Amino acid sequence: MLEFFNDPKVAEQLGYLVKHVPFAVWETVYTTVVASLFAYLIGLPLGVLLVVGAKDGIHPLPLPLMQAVNTVINLLRSMPFLILMVLVMPLSRVIVGTTIGTVGILVPLTVASFPFVARLAEGSLREMDRGVLEAAQAMGCSTFQVVWKVLLPESLPSLLSGFTTAFVTILGYGAMSGFIGGGGLGSMSLQYAWNNRKMVVLYGAVIVLVILVQIFQSIGSHLSVRADRRVTGRGGARGSRKQQPRQEK
Amino acid sequence: MIELKHVSKVFPTAEGGFHALKDVSLTIGDGDIYGIVGMSGAGKSTLVRCINLLERPTSGQVVIDGADLCAMGQKELIAQRRSISMIFQQFNLLMQRTCLKNICFPMEIARIKRADAEKRARELLEIVGLPDKADAYPAQLSGGQKQRVAIARALACDPKILLCDEATSALDPKTTRDILRLIKDINGRLGITVVVITHEMAVVEEICTHVAILDHGRVMETGTVEQVFSSPQTEAGRRLVYPDGVRIEQLPAANVIRIAFNGGSSYEPLIASLAIDCGVKVNILGADTRNVNGQAFGTMLLGLPEDAGEAAKAVAYIKNQPNVTMEEVRDYHA
Repeated sequence: MLEFFNDPKVAEQLGYLVKHVPFAVWETVYTTVVASLFAYLIGLPLGVLLVVGAKDGIHPLPLPLMQAVNTVINLLRSMPFLILMVLVMPLSRVIVGTTIGTVGILVPLTVASFPFVARLAEGSLREMDRGVLEAAQAMGCSTFQVVWKVLLPESLPSLLSGFTTAFVTILGYGAMSGFIGGGGLGSMSLQYAWNNRKMVVLYGAVIVLVILVQIFQSIGSHLSVRADRRVTGRGGARGSRKQQPRQEK
Repeated sequence: MIELKHVSKVFPTAEGGFHALKDVSLTIGDGDIYGIVGMSGAGKSTLVRCINLLERPTSGQVVIDGADLCAMGQKELIAQRRSISMIFQQFNLLMQRTCLKNICFPMEIARIKRADAEKRARELLEIVGLPDKADAYPAQLSGGQKQRVAIARALACDPKILLCDEATSALDPKTTRDILRLIKDINGRLGITVVVITHEMAVVEEICTHVAILDHGRVMETGTVEQVFSSPQTEAGRRLVYPDGVRIEQLPAANVIRIAFNGGSSYEPLIASLAIDCGVKVNILGADTRNVNGQAFGTMLLGLPEDAGEAAKAVAYIKNQPNVTMEEVRDYHA
């Protein structure tokens, strides 16, 4: 075991990892956070539109419009990410001025993930009890108020758990972007380690990615449970999840 | 005053349309507790949703205090809805908000200052008997408590009308009585007009002043609860008032009459005195007493003797009794 670490080639690769991993992690987290942000800025309103404007929604919109939105989302979702990335490159050049590096990858990442986010949000919002929306309308809420004050806050736990899924997926897409010159852990393992047969660096980068995903998934799940007042009643710490004793009057 | 004028509602279906309401006309007076009762699928829920236009009638008018809701624009309608509140079978509370915030919700929508809203919400929690539940979440409450919070929320913006859509159908009998008492109490104290949708006659008996019987989208009969309960005029009415009716062919007597005692008098002496005064013996096929607004209403199904002369004597005797109404029961089916 010790011999393995004392091998000069291995030692050199370990040195590389220690030197470059922190910045690669930063690049990966940065791209993921920014791309998720933009994906939600576009995807969440689309998800709301899909639910609210549906035929049985609270504010039905013309069928052709809904069909158009659905078709665009399905089209973007059916395209493999690597192909989409290449197709979106010209757009990327227009918006951020480059197609490579951490910045160059933001546009393709956003375009690839907002349709996914829209579908995730749509799923979360559809779980909402129709009766509660009806009650809000009966109280004189406008459509905007129903969405802003009832639909979104009431769906928050489910939206948060969807967000975690989206975040981890976008992190994975970001790693794939190493193929076209994105930065971060993906590029470290693909461009540097794989091409130069530095297997220690490759495995090291993968292990760091796995750890990152674990951390984000745990935080996301925890937040989702914490935010849900239906389970804990108080939304308090873990361990108080068991049903509060009901007090009959 | 709520006036429904020739309201019809057709839901589009593949077969050309389902007529949920057919030419419904009703007048509900201020301060009434008006029951709308019918079997499931009779159109009750659609009807109550036409009052606040959650469902827009296909034709007809919904007039509240002289203003036609169907002719209103979206803004006016939203303003009007704030004076018509509604409670539901499934309570429909916001699960992610505390009870206090739930009650504040309609006031938030109406842009009432937060401090004022919270003060009012605490008063309302007091009124519905849950002063210590302000910071509890709905998931921590029992069904009856949830409905109390829903009632407090419904009262937040001083409504003129309270619509109750099967508000007690998800509750156990004791909680049902408590909630009904609360609604009645609120009606008495605040003078709010209450419209109660239910499939349970017991609910109507307990609190309503007036009742309409709805069957297959049509209003079959309307009147005070006393009128409708003592002598339902239609088949649908009888089915609801006497749900456990017996098949006539199973009865041992040729002629069956139903008599109703309208308040107060006990019916045992009548049968005894019938036997003593006329010498006619009748079979009691069924009897029932109901408490309607504090008055006892007894009904009895009597089998008359086969001898026509004796039967006529009995009928004449009963007809002369005060506070007793009588009707012949023909082809009465369960």
